[in-house]
Amino acid sequence: MSDYNFAYLDEQTKRMIRRAILKGVAVPGYQVPFASREMPMPYGWGTGGVQVSAACLTPEDVFKVIDQGADDTTNAVSIRKFFEKTAQVSVTEHTKDATVIQTRHRIPEVRLTEDQILVYQVPIPEPLRFLEPRETETRKMHALEDYGLMHVKLYEDIARHGEIATAYAYPVKVEDRYVMDPSPIPKFDNPKLESAALQLFGAGREQRIYAVPPYTKVVSLDFDDYPFDPSKADYPCALCGATESYLDEVIVDDSGGRMFVCSDTDFCAGRQEAAA
Amino acid sequence: MTKNQNIPERPPLLEVHDLTKNYGARTGCADVSFNLFPGEVMGIVGESGSGKSTLLNCLAGQLEADSGAVMFDTRADGPRDTRLMSEAERRMLGRTDWAFVHQNPRDGLRMRISAGGNVGERLMAVGARHYGDIRSAAEDWLTRVEIATDRMDDRPAAFSGGMQQRLQIARNLVTGPRLVFMDEPTGGLDVSVQARLLDLLRGLVRRMGLSAIIVTHDLAVVRLLADRLMVMKDGRVVETGLTDQVLDDPQHAYTQLLVASVLQV
Ligand SMILES: Nc1ncnc2c1ncn2[C@@H]1O[C@H](COP(=O)(O)OP(=O)(O)OP(=O)(O)O)[C@@H](O)[C@H]1O
Ligand SMILES: [Mg+2]
Repeated sequence: MSDYNFAYLDEQTKRMIRRAILKGVAVPGYQVPFASREMPMPYGWGTGGVQVSAACLTPEDVFKVIDQGADDTTNAVSIRKFFEKTAQVSVTEHTKDATVIQTRHRIPEVRLTEDQILVYQVPIPEPLRFLEPRETETRKMHALEDYGLMHVKLYEDIARHGEIATAYAYPVKVEDRYVMDPSPIPKFDNPKLESAALQLFGAGREQRIYAVPPYTKVVSLDFDDYPFDPSKADYPCALCGATESYLDEVIVDDSGGRMFVCSDTDFCAGRQEAAA
Repeated sequence: MTKNQNIPERPPLLEVHDLTKNYGARTGCADVSFNLFPGEVMGIVGESGSGKSTLLNCLAGQLEADSGAVMFDTRADGPRDTRLMSEAERRMLGRTDWAFVHQNPRDGLRMRISAGGNVGERLMAVGARHYGDIRSAAEDWLTRVEIATDRMDDRPAAFSGGMQQRLQIARNLVTGPRLVFMDEPTGGLDVSVQARLLDLLRGLVRRMGLSAIIVTHDLAVVRLLADRLMVMKDGRVVETGLTDQVLDDPQHAYTQLLVASVLQV
């Protein structure tokens, strides 16, 4: 595939994306507009994340892709293959070995390090969107730190469900300044947003990039009398016995049998190997 | 201009100098100056197109005036020209010391948020973070505007026009503002609903000692609520004075016409 530039995008485009990333790093949680390019995959398949990954990858990088915690879904496999072909980088399923990890909807269970970059695929970057459809207005609200509405959303949750029912894309405040949508990760993952790794968020269709630099303060919004609760299942993983991981429900037979297993497949496999 | 003997010695809450706003070649409002003292209710009347809403929106910072000054007596720094404030400062005023009641409740309410959420929004905007406290404050205010608290979790879309307007008032007054702007607060409501709303507004204004500027077509509204009156025509103030004086003994020919036309109805 030598007819592609390294990592598919031309150098000009990658420079433009890197500038947006640097701006995002300089202003944590702030959504930086960028000129999203057509990618050889439809929107909704991680075009934003792919462009950010393309701008970050170097030939020495080891690349991993996860989709809802798993390395082996169609989406994860095709993105991994895409960069194997266009950037000839080595790939891995092991979180520990990866230097760049592109993810959809999860943060790996293993604590990430300063040598790693986590790239999120983001469908809707604007946390205020559901409350205020006008882009001009949401931009002004961010600029003026006018975030009362965010708590109105949580208030409505409690009024209707008796608790904050938001389970995914749970809004956070970054470095005491910008309110940010962490993408549709489960709120279970929110505490891991405070990380040693650089975290980059790419929204292709919405043309936004934002970032959480290493060791940035990230606080999940809540009320004093309804504090944020990352919540987890009350049982261990059926495969590895882990009690501290995020579990997926899996249907195991035709008669409604089900079990709960780690959503992070690499984490689970590693624990099973260690136990064997 | 009638000299008002009742002007208190306190500094004005709002001091307006030569406020002018044009829409291209057309006059919105021109050279408007007046003072509003704490606890005072000012009515603005005039025919359609006379510039009432333009003036009110310029005063409340919702519309940018072309020239003039709007000095507001801020809690922290005393009188400041709101036209020279940053947008962030103006917005902060807009959710603390100022309130704006729109004619159409849809412009002043969030229709997809529950009544309680609508009332609580201003509290949360200024940092309230205790759900239970926010809820009690909302409950208290719904009661004060005569909305049954069992409607607290309903959306305003399910409310009658009069209820929506009362909800809008509760939502605005919950942070204890010092100055309330109202544009035709009783417009679009039928007569019996208007009467109830007026009664409620009068009670709130008197009890809370609110300062307010009320724009209306309806001389009955100002008769009931306003201490003083400004009469506008073609964007200019043609007469001001104590409400009863202006209505009972209008000096300007236009005001005479306005009062007479109402009496004929
Ligand atoms: N956005 C605008 N663009 C152009 N002209 C405007 C605009 N808004 C108001 N005007 C004009 O400015 C003048 C004053 O209008 P304004 O809406 O302030 O009057 P009003 O006294 O509030 O009238 P009403 O009683 O009908 O609400 C009118 O001539 C009006 O046509
Ligand atoms: Mg008007």
